[in-house]
Amino acid sequence: MEMNEKAILQFVDLDISFRTNAGVVHAIRGVNLDLQKGETVAIVGESGSGKSVTVKAAVGLLDGNATINSGQILYRLREDDGSERVVDLLALSKRELRRTINGRRIAMVFQDPMTSLDPTMTIGKQIMEGILLHKKVDKATAYARALELLELVGITHAEKRMKNYPHQLSGGMRQRVVIAIALASDPDILICDEPTTALDVTIQARILELIKDIQSRMGLSVIYITHDLGVVAKVADYVNVMYAGRIIEVGNVNEIFYEPKHPYTWGLLAAMPDLETDDDRLASIPGSPPNLLHEPVGDAFAPRNAYALKIDEKAEPPMFKVSETHYAATWLLHPSAPAVEMPPELKARLERARKEAEKYL
Amino acid sequence: MSKYILKRIGLALLTLFLIIFMLFVLVRIMPGNPFPSERMSAEQIANKRAEMGLDDPILVQFGRYLVGLAHGDFGKGTSLYYGAPIKTVLGQCIKNSFKIGGIAILMGTAVGLLLGITAALNKGTFIDGFCTVFSILGVCVPGYVFLIFLQYFLSYKVQLFPYFFDTSRFLYSSVLPATSLSLFTMSTVARFTRNEMVEVMDSDYVHLAESKGMYGSTLVLRHILRNALIPIVTVLAPLVVDLLTGALVIEKIYGINGIGKLMVDAIAGEGVDYNYVLALGILYSALYIGIMLAVDILYGVLDPRIRVATHRGEGREG
Repeated sequence: MEMNEKAILQFVDLDISFRTNAGVVHAIRGVNLDLQKGETVAIVGESGSGKSVTVKAAVGLLDGNATINSGQILYRLREDDGSERVVDLLALSKRELRRTINGRRIAMVFQDPMTSLDPTMTIGKQIMEGILLHKKVDKATAYARALELLELVGITHAEKRMKNYPHQLSGGMRQRVVIAIALASDPDILICDEPTTALDVTIQARILELIKDIQSRMGLSVIYITHDLGVVAKVADYVNVMYAGRIIEVGNVNEIFYEPKHPYTWGLLAAMPDLETDDDRLASIPGSPPNLLHEPVGDAFAPRNAYALKIDEKAEPPMFKVSETHYAATWLLHPSAPAVEMPPELKARLERARKEAEKYL
Repeated sequence: MSKYILKRIGLALLTLFLIIFMLFVLVRIMPGNPFPSERMSAEQIANKRAEMGLDDPILVQFGRYLVGLAHGDFGKGTSLYYGAPIKTVLGQCIKNSFKIGGIAILMGTAVGLLLGITAALNKGTFIDGFCTVFSILGVCVPGYVFLIFLQYFLSYKVQLFPYFFDTSRFLYSSVLPATSLSLFTMSTVARFTRNEMVEVMDSDYVHLAESKGMYGSTLVLRHILRNALIPIVTVLAPLVVDLLTGALVIEKIYGINGIGKLMVDAIAGEGVDYNYVLALGILYSALYIGIMLAVDILYGVLDPRIRVATHRGEGREG
């Protein structure tokens, strides 16, 4: 199988639909995404844009009513002897996936730490479980390793905490435990599905710091799913903006934050609260995302797009290249499109942010 | 934990005492006569009352009764099985009811769990549909109707099982009543297990376990079933008492000398037999209280959130 040389995980033309009572929902409509070793990639988008579904497909956690219509999720699997081969995660059976991939190579951190730990099992056992599953070690070694992990994620009195049940810990601590569980069998890739959304703001920053710190120590590649652009700015190398089951703009973090090309990305950035903005009101993108029960005609974003062209109603735009790393799916980038700039208020604001950022460099 | 259990046991004993007192008083102020009065002259009845001390103040009688109870003596029947000590009669009936009830509980719970688990693991398929239909039928069709149905086919048509209960061939003749008795429990347990498991299987913590690499029976046993069982225990407890105390109609139809049948005979006989009604009332209450106590303790074992909450100073920090 052909795979981008530097990539460790690559989504190729992923297409997924869900059977529901109301009909078939075409949730993922051709997603391409690369994750390179040691990098952090963020997937940003509104609720229902398909962020979670995309990564859940990679770890075999899709709901029973999902159908994968086409596409591949390629993973560069490194055997213990150092040899490498490329596997399509979608071609593996659930059993193979659980035995060779889940936990051991790709681990996940979920959104809500209050519900993602088993209430009837001590946290020590929950961490050791993953170790014992994938590593050929005895219980004492697993215990020592679990203790080490708890200390690594910043839990004090780790020895005592091993015997605690989830309900005895606060939300922030539980999320640390979930991270420790994810790290238990030394994965290559960590998928964080809105890891801080359910936590209060002061804890959020600490958890993000922790993930970043662990990433550099363990050489992890990380996929962040979030709708919080503030989180993206803090952690990501590359950003994928998702809308209605497609990635509509991708670029490195500077390109997305300072030179966004897609009107949807403009809208997202403009909607971010900013201390300098004079306006009392928070900007928002009018309307709501399309219902994917009905296949959108033309560009799915067109009905909400103030800059929509006539062609947007007829044909879906392809990805236009802006730079080696920056692509956006908007007809505005077509050579024969009228020259449209981002709204001046946003431009001014991004300029301010850039200057602000340069001060710290 | 042990302090909590002791407290619960203390409360259970107090409840039982109050129930005995209330039963005792109620039985005595109830209209009617404890003797087969139609066959006795007024003089005989008066003698009998005096002999049994029924003319003494009620508290004195109660005290006497308690002293008897403390020695394990339930007294003698006043109209039923005249002369035989209640303990002996009751013992035989309990044995029959408990054995058949016990088989029914084991069968109902085991088959019910199995059906529920199978249905949940095959959610949305034909198997799931079959289990749903089965559990609805099982809840709707009364056990004795099912028993008559079984009797017709398996005793009359095929002559595989006996028509009536026979103590000398205990297990063999328990098959039909125990099966019909277990039907309701089986269906209820199947339905609850299926629904609870489906819910738990969709929970974040099961997804987290899967994302660790857990799958198959280990995942089901360690993470899914354990959590799904907690609510099932609550449903199961009263069902257990119902089964142990015997189904009235089923015991009557199948000719089983059990406590359900005994209760009817004690009340609807020639006279209301004070001592049998009391003894059976105490037995029923004690069973209920005992099983609820067991459930409370079992809850603590199954659910650490309840267990630890009874400790002090071991709660969450920070």
